[in-house]
Amino acid sequence: MRFLFEPGFFSSAPVRTALVIGALAAVISAVVGVATVVRGQSFAGHALTDVATAGGSGAFFTGISPLVGFIGAGVFGAGAMDVIGMERLRSRDIATGIVLSVATGFAALFLFLDASKSATTGATQQILFGSIFTVNSSIVPFVIGLSVLTLIVMGLIYRPLLLSSLSGELASARGIKLRRVGLLFMLTLAIAVGVSSIAIGSVLSTALLIGPAATSLRLTTNMRNAISVSIALGVVATWLGVLLAYDSYYWFPSSRGLPVSFFIVALILLAYVVSGVPAIRRFAAQSAPGRRHMQLASRSVVAKRASEAT
Amino acid sequence: MNERAVLEVEKVSVSFSGRKILDDVSFEVRRGEFTGLIGSNGVGKTTLLRAILGLQRIDAGEIRVTGAPHRRGARSLGYVPQKVILDPDVPMRARDFVALGLDAERYGFTRRTKEQHALVEQMLVNVDASEFADRRVGGLSGGEQQRVLIAHALISQPELLLLDEPLANLDPASVQEIVALLHRVAGEYQVGVLLSAHEMNALLPVMDRIVYLTDGRAASGTTEEVVRSEVLSKLYGHHVDVIKLHGRVFVVAEPGRDNKDIAEHSNLTVS
Repeated sequence: MRFLFEPGFFSSAPVRTALVIGALAAVISAVVGVATVVRGQSFAGHALTDVATAGGSGAFFTGISPLVGFIGAGVFGAGAMDVIGMERLRSRDIATGIVLSVATGFAALFLFLDASKSATTGATQQILFGSIFTVNSSIVPFVIGLSVLTLIVMGLIYRPLLLSSLSGELASARGIKLRRVGLLFMLTLAIAVGVSSIAIGSVLSTALLIGPAATSLRLTTNMRNAISVSIALGVVATWLGVLLAYDSYYWFPSSRGLPVSFFIVALILLAYVVSGVPAIRRFAAQSAPGRRHMQLASRSVVAKRASEAT
Repeated sequence: MNERAVLEVEKVSVSFSGRKILDDVSFEVRRGEFTGLIGSNGVGKTTLLRAILGLQRIDAGEIRVTGAPHRRGARSLGYVPQKVILDPDVPMRARDFVALGLDAERYGFTRRTKEQHALVEQMLVNVDASEFADRRVGGLSGGEQQRVLIAHALISQPELLLLDEPLANLDPASVQEIVALLHRVAGEYQVGVLLSAHEMNALLPVMDRIVYLTDGRAASGTTEEVVRSEVLSKLYGHHVDVIKLHGRVFVVAEPGRDNKDIAEHSNLTVS
């Protein structure tokens, strides 16, 4: 144990807060991330991280909570993309690009102002790359509330969202309002990006959103399993990242720990690379839960039909 | 009207920026019957199907489904759109896609019941899709995907099934299979099938009725009533010949006429 967990890991309050915030960020990013990848909106997800950067740095400058800045800007950005973007795929892409570039410009301005105000590079580092050990534990209930809200909205729109992602025409014909479903989804995306910006920084929140989801898509054949695997990967990567970062304080004589975000992103990348190994994909395909049960059921129907025919 | 009519289209007109796409189109589709909507590309087939679905506003006329004015999202309508591109990276098995047909438009959490699972299973068997039910829907062949799309549309037990060019881009063997399948389900589920195509020959053995569309105008009835020189010449506004050869039909315009408005089955096959 001594080798795994350096002294004080479990008794440290900042570590406990980091584990809770990290897990919440990982769970909602995983759920929203699978939908983002299925919808082909990774670009929009990334653009929202830039919007969140602008919001976070603006919040730092004006002295309000960075979480409010991250999420407020994200929700505003999501709305802006929807208003500019209308229904067509190409214009959606263009809208994303416009919002992204404007947001990055504001981020540049605010980060400059932050740096000159506090006369250190700490603010820039904190906003872009996160500082999960310095998160104020008072925001935990707020983050829990947002996470629950995100999961409820995702659950409510799950089926209409899925069909409209597969075929907008099919979904419209079923009476699904594409615009409403798309906007609700963008709001959950903005919250997911905001919460993970607090955890691992606005720039790296894309990694938590897309990485576990992309890995799970390689390993599973249905949405429920994809979401479960994505959550598991995200949470494990985040917790291991927190542990390694904490331990890294003791690795070097200088006693300067390495950033949590680096470890989390490295672990996510590792999982993605490993999931690409053909042997592992085959193993995952064979051991998918629910598969055997379904095949048996299918066989019994075929047998019944054959006996009716004779 | 016929008491078996599930779809009545009456004097429907649609215009896009002053140009008439559909001009006074009338026909009906009956329960358990297979109706072909035939016409070359760009004559308004998709516009007509989208109008029936309530996705396209009509300027004049009336569309009734099972006697009631049509509306978007009605449970009585099943739809297989043109060119559905299913991403092979999406983790969704064929069976999941069929199950989504049960309740895709509903918000909220539900667990699928045993009865619903059995219904999906039965539907997969009925469209001969059991074999690939556990494979990703995006990785299936064109013919296999059409079966899954048909099952997705049928599982909500519609009374009218609309298919937009489902035979385009299929190999000849798959065309035969899908046509036979649709003919069988029309009878089994007592659903009215309306299928659009630019080639009528593959449909001749099963087609109970035809709606022949050109330049926004339509002639409808049984194949014998409609696919005749007098009727089609009147529809085209110039003389065309209908040639029947080895159980196939060719529509041919006189030399010098612009052939491009004639459905592709004629000039493609002849040349």
